[in-house]
Amino acid sequence: MIEATGLRKSFRVGRGRGATTVDAVRGVDFAVRRGEIVGFLGPNGAGKSTTLRMLATLIRPSGGAATIAGVDLLRAPAQVRRRIGFVAQASGTYDDSTARRDLVLQARMHGLSKSVAQELAAGAIRAFQLDDFADRKIKTYSGGQRRRLDVALGVIHSPQVMFLDEPTAGLDPPSRVRMWQEVRRLREAGMTIFLTTHYLDEADSLCDRVSIIDAGRIVAEGTPSALKREISGDVVAVDFAAEVAGETGGDLPAATKLLAEAPYVHAAEPVDGTLRLYVDSAATAIPQIMRALYDRGIEPGAIEARRPSLDDVFLAKTGRSLAE
Amino acid sequence: MKLVRDTWLIFQQEAGLMVRNPVMVAFSLAQPITYLILFAPFLKVVMVDRGASSYADAYRIYVPGLFVAMGLFGGLFAGYGLLSALRAGIIDRCRVTPVSRTGLLLGRALMHVCLNVVQAVVVTVVALPFGLRVHLANLLVSYALLSVMVLLSTSISYDIALLVRNENSLGVLVNTVGQPVSLLAGVLIPLVLAPMWIQRVAVWNPFAWATDGMRALFAGQITQNVVWQGALIMSGLAAASLFWSSHLFNRDVS
Repeated sequence: MIEATGLRKSFRVGRGRGATTVDAVRGVDFAVRRGEIVGFLGPNGAGKSTTLRMLATLIRPSGGAATIAGVDLLRAPAQVRRRIGFVAQASGTYDDSTARRDLVLQARMHGLSKSVAQELAAGAIRAFQLDDFADRKIKTYSGGQRRRLDVALGVIHSPQVMFLDEPTAGLDPPSRVRMWQEVRRLREAGMTIFLTTHYLDEADSLCDRVSIIDAGRIVAEGTPSALKREISGDVVAVDFAAEVAGETGGDLPAATKLLAEAPYVHAAEPVDGTLRLYVDSAATAIPQIMRALYDRGIEPGAIEARRPSLDDVFLAKTGRSLAE
Repeated sequence: MKLVRDTWLIFQQEAGLMVRNPVMVAFSLAQPITYLILFAPFLKVVMVDRGASSYADAYRIYVPGLFVAMGLFGGLFAGYGLLSALRAGIIDRCRVTPVSRTGLLLGRALMHVCLNVVQAVVVTVVALPFGLRVHLANLLVSYALLSVMVLLSTSISYDIALLVRNENSLGVLVNTVGQPVSLLAGVLIPLVLAPMWIQRVAVWNPFAWATDGMRALFAGQITQNVVWQGALIMSGLAAASLFWSSHLFNRDVS
């Protein structure tokens, strides 16, 4: 449904001789099959939104090619627009308008007649449960209500492919779960969904497949479970947060150095006052870790064993944590 | 055809929002009415040597000047609306649909035209009790000229907004352009009272031609050359500027 090869984008920053070129997206290849939910996971500034905006015909790629719903993105952007829906990070609604007015406008911008547009708007209001506030000014809506309207606007013309840029950024947990349900509902209605997120749980529970993007490049790609399987074994998180805040301090670097050399530890990565240790089996490693720390007189605040998360995948691929 | 339909669609949306905000419309009328009531009487005194012996004469000179000021400043601040729509993502949302890109700009510009013509009608009505008399045909032509001027100033504002992409710079630039242009067009005090060198400079100000044309209309001299000359200059510049804003607006968009 979506196929991109070598898609890249560079921006000129500044003017005259002081101008420099920033490579926001440095050539990404990926494919999305019909009916899939695929996510771009990465930190802010990784090139997620730029990629999405290229696919949504908002900015022209500097190089590469893409086909969306069988149409060439560069040759026939107007045809692409008929087949896609897009929900940007910024909401894109008029504060003084109402959900119904904006829905009708959106349908009419897709070339539909007034009566058809009104029917579609009424249908969208029912489907996205906007009834209670559809005729109130949009500026009175809550974040979750506004976001639901944004998605309703994006799908008013029943597109084949839906692009969502950070669909749940800034929403409270109940609104996020509700938004995930809406996204799954769209897929059940036959849409292919491509979204960006910097939330691990969102990528993990909502996406069929995830591309991890960092500094304009895709560094890993696969289903969330396959990606996590790449990190074989367990993660042992040793918490030094209390130590760092306290007087002693300095235990984290010492422990990192000590355990990085231990034969039973594959990798040791300090993240935010916590030392993440990648081991084959937490059950056998924890006693050894404890002993090694106590021998040096280091007392950790807490020790926790867990399965690898997408953040561990990100850390392994980029050397940084998404949570940072 | 699609351009006309989409322009009309965007115009309806923008005008609809304006109507839903009547307080804003009322406030936008405050300035022209204030000038009309508090400034025009000065003109009667200043212009007494030039044959302005009554309030009716003063208003016949000042109301067309006020129209030009409205035509100029009514559009020059339109860029703010465009920038906020860009920032709010409204423009992106529209651009992802097959809607005409030029229609997105033109519909917005026409809303400003409509708003200013409505204001001009109110100004005309308010000036009537002070003795303003103008032929209906001439008045309608002056509204048409005003419309073209608003199109020009709106698109100039869009040009600046799309180049600087920042409200503060837009504000500074708009005032820097607007002030000398309006003074050198004689919108407050007719240029016949200005020193010779100012009159020579003003020949190069397109809005000065429009002011002369507008005053000729109010003086009942629709056949004067300056009427069609002013209209032609304004139309040509408006078309060129609109073309350029449309180019800037579509730049870097596939």
